[in-house]
Amino acid sequence: MFSNTVIISFTFGYLALLFAIAWFSERSAKNGRRLSNHPAIYALTLAVYCTAWTYYGSVGRAATNGLEFLTIYIGPSLVAPLWWIVMRKIIRISKVQRISSIADFISSRYGKNVTLGGVVTVVCLLGILPYTSIQIKGVATSFQILQGSGVADSLANLPFYQDTAFYLALGLALFTILFGTRNIEATAQHEGMVMAVAFESIFKLIAFLVVGVFVTYFVFDGFTDVFSKVAEEGLDHLFVMQGQSSASEWFWMSVLSMMAILFLPRQFQMGVIENTNEKHLDTAMWLFPLYLLLINIFVLPIAFGGLVHFTSGSFEADTFVLAFPIAFNQEWLAILVYLGGFSAATGMIIVSTIALSTMVSNNLVMPLLLVNDQFQKRYQHRLGQILIWSRRLSILLIILAAYLYYKQIAGQFTLVSIGLISFVAIAQFAPAIIGGIFWKKGARVGALVGILAGFAVWFYTLVVPTMVTAGYVPESLLTEGLFGLRFLRPQALLGFSDMSYISHGLFYSLTLNAVLYLIISVFSQQTSKEHNQAVIFVDIFKYSTSLDASVIWKGQAYLPDLKTLLVNFLGEEKMEEALEEFKLNSGKKLDDKIYADPELVNFSERLLSGIIGSASARIMVASVVKEEEISMEEVMGILQETQELKSLNHQLETNSEELKIASEKLQSLNESLQLNDMLKDEFISTVTHEMRTPITSIRAFSEILMDEDLPDEDRARFLEIIIQETKRMSRLIDQVLDLERFDSGRQKLNLEATNPKTLILEVTESMEQVFKEKNLLFEKDLMRSEVLISIDQDRIKQVILNLLSNASKFAKSKVMLRAEASKDNLMISVCDDGKGIPEEEVPYIFDKFFQAKNQTSKKPLGSGLGLAISKKIVEYHQGKIEVGRKNGITCFEFSLPIPKEKLKLIK
Amino acid sequence: MYKILIVDDEPNILLSLEYLFKKEGFKVFIARDGEEALGIISEDEPELVLLDIMMPKVDGYEVCKHIKDQHKNIKVVFLTAKSKQQDVEKGLNLGADLYLTKPFGNKDLVTRVKNLLN
Repeated sequence: MFSNTVIISFTFGYLALLFAIAWFSERSAKNGRRLSNHPAIYALTLAVYCTAWTYYGSVGRAATNGLEFLTIYIGPSLVAPLWWIVMRKIIRISKVQRISSIADFISSRYGKNVTLGGVVTVVCLLGILPYTSIQIKGVATSFQILQGSGVADSLANLPFYQDTAFYLALGLALFTILFGTRNIEATAQHEGMVMAVAFESIFKLIAFLVVGVFVTYFVFDGFTDVFSKVAEEGLDHLFVMQGQSSASEWFWMSVLSMMAILFLPRQFQMGVIENTNEKHLDTAMWLFPLYLLLINIFVLPIAFGGLVHFTSGSFEADTFVLAFPIAFNQEWLAILVYLGGFSAATGMIIVSTIALSTMVSNNLVMPLLLVNDQFQKRYQHRLGQILIWSRRLSILLIILAAYLYYKQIAGQFTLVSIGLISFVAIAQFAPAIIGGIFWKKGARVGALVGILAGFAVWFYTLVVPTMVTAGYVPESLLTEGLFGLRFLRPQALLGFSDMSYISHGLFYSLTLNAVLYLIISVFSQQTSKEHNQAVIFVDIFKYSTSLDASVIWKGQAYLPDLKTLLVNFLGEEKMEEALEEFKLNSGKKLDDKIYADPELVNFSERLLSGIIGSASARIMVASVVKEEEISMEEVMGILQETQELKSLNHQLETNSEELKIASEKLQSLNESLQLNDMLKDEFISTVTHEMRTPITSIRAFSEILMDEDLPDEDRARFLEIIIQETKRMSRLIDQVLDLERFDSGRQKLNLEATNPKTLILEVTESMEQVFKEKNLLFEKDLMRSEVLISIDQDRIKQVILNLLSNASKFAKSKVMLRAEASKDNLMISVCDDGKGIPEEEVPYIFDKFFQAKNQTSKKPLGSGLGLAISKKIVEYHQGKIEVGRKNGITCFEFSLPIPKEKLKLIK
Repeated sequence: MYKILIVDDEPNILLSLEYLFKKEGFKVFIARDGEEALGIISEDEPELVLLDIMMPKVDGYEVCKHIKDQHKNIKVVFLTAKSKQQDVEKGLNLGADLYLTKPFGNKDLVTRVKNLLN
């Protein structure tokens, strides 16, 4: 239809337009006007998601599977509101940590680990390469159709030097190198590239809408017409979801595309690295789904129209978009549609290649080079150049590899199937990333093993079958399984074959991946560096404002060394600029310093991270820094400090209030302590005073006894006094110690089930003689009923004895003892007919040494501690003791609780 | 023969002091509390009173005060277990001639009392 020359000149004309847009945008940015800094541009760049697969493939898919093609767009639309949580966090982390790619992101999260970064890079390369190659296929096929040559694979069979696709690939490589590797800083936005991609997004949308309108309204008579014609053909099963397996299919495809929109290297590049402002997300959250809706509106009419119109099978469904303008001789429309497809393909190729080349240079080349000390020393002044050239070379190699893959394999597959296989590869990053930003425990080994296992399953279940189709692997593997083990059939693992081929692979790879990640993380110990990164990632919104200050790093760097390192990558001028910026932000002076402080080292490391990736930056910085191993405790301490500082303001307020309350409490405590102290002093002085009395007697009589001629009668009497006073003293000591034990709570009761009647009788027996000597009447009134109480027998005896002995000292003529049991208590009272206790002294009668202190009353015989101890004993038994007077009778009465459950007497 | 009044509420201490001073040739009066002491003082006019402080009814301080008010020539010797500096000062400020603390050495006590009287 068209001559090669026309098509080629249009193609290269379009490429030239891209160059112009990119060049113009970069110049404009240099003059301070950044066109890309607009939310709509951001949303459009995200539309790099729609590739040749969307442009040609959706129609093809719809023609065979009906509505199912929509899942790839429903997923991202559904997940868009969640960007506010996930994407915003990833963006913030990446900006703060100067992340340059998705491999860098994962490596950085798990302790800036080189291995992990390398593995992710390799997975991306292997996963994305086929995807890139089908873009070339898309372009080549459309080129061929436009030429009007009928046989689909004739182009692929040409030697490469005659193949236009080869030259297109070279052109794209050139564009990508020019606008993708201008700046050594991988984190720096590629203004020209971004604007070109945004333009491509608009271009492919317009082209698709135009052809859609053409098919729907010019070829047919509107949507209704298309659909009724399809129904007439008996193809109406394509309008609805089909059966049980179809529902699960929709689910898995949506899940898959949700992950793809976040983690595909080109999406990460556009959505995260090229993002200039987090707020742009707000707009993208609705504008991007809207874009997806628009570009899908005409998919069904074109697909169904194609099915109706091209019944002979003269065109593959994947090419219906282009087939219509050609069939209806709309030459200019055909060119437009071709260029639309070209833009969809090139957008993907350019962005993916930039992202991949950054990963290759930062996560493969650099770490490999830096491992070699010799190399590092020899070429350290040219590392910057090496880096940028490695990136340019990898762009060229990736595009050529994609071209080669297209020539060898991709020609045999549809656009969508290869794209989906790539999606599944990329989905393997989901556990490590999502886990990494929300779960601090997520560990490096878990991520690594998860990704590797997921990738292996991906390869076995999804890639191996394509190799069978391409003829590299015998077909028996699919039907008989590996080693003839049927449960190992790649498309029906464990005999599970209900799902589609893609869903099946996704299900097994992702499940294994996630489970391994979780389990290994739970059981593994993070290193301090890893934990540090984990905390920063998960709590990014807490740390992002004060990251330099919250340095988790100990050690010193020689400042000139650090500067040399920066010069190697940045050049003299930019290094000075960067340090200027540091000085300005930190308010620190550098001129008089020989050693760089941790803050500056940290700043430098992040600066380098933006250029060579975090893992390589860590290696480079470590080479000039005398780093001390930092312990987990220290890391935690530092992190806590930062956190504490933040909440300090708030706390200060509450603290001052608490302080006030605390000081009041302290004051009252102090007062009570002082009172306690005073009481203790008084107690001690009283005790010593009480001790002096018997000592005085003992000493006086002892001295008298030393005198020679003492009548025997006197001698015996005095010795008797000495013995009495000695007993008195030891009694006092015993009681003081008793009281002290009760006061301090160290006294233990030896509780036994006891019949109180028996106990009382034992006590009174010993007192009968005393009462008789003093000529006192003693009356006992003990209850009839038998109860059992749980008491310390010796202690309760002591109480009763004390009360009886007190009564005997004061009674005029009689002493009475009564015991009676109520429902809950046993009451024991000891009464006498003495003159009683003066009213005003009653409250103090149970105080220790009350008698001793009260000098106006008749000094009783005894220590003055008996009642105090009795009170303590009763209280220790949960009972009460009190004194009362009625009708000239003074009664001391105490209660002991009777246990609810019956006690058994243990003999 | 000197007349001495011994005041103490502890019967055994009283007994020992009585024995001691009788043996030294004193005429000894005894009282078990301040009230009893005041009666003996006005009745028997001893030259010296050996006085405990902590006693029922009327304490030693009161007795001392009374003596120094009404019977200036009677010597007062406190003999007490209260040994704090402030108690000593209080006793001496009331005009006591000596302040001795319990427990005491018999010979020492007798010597001091004799010195005071000579």
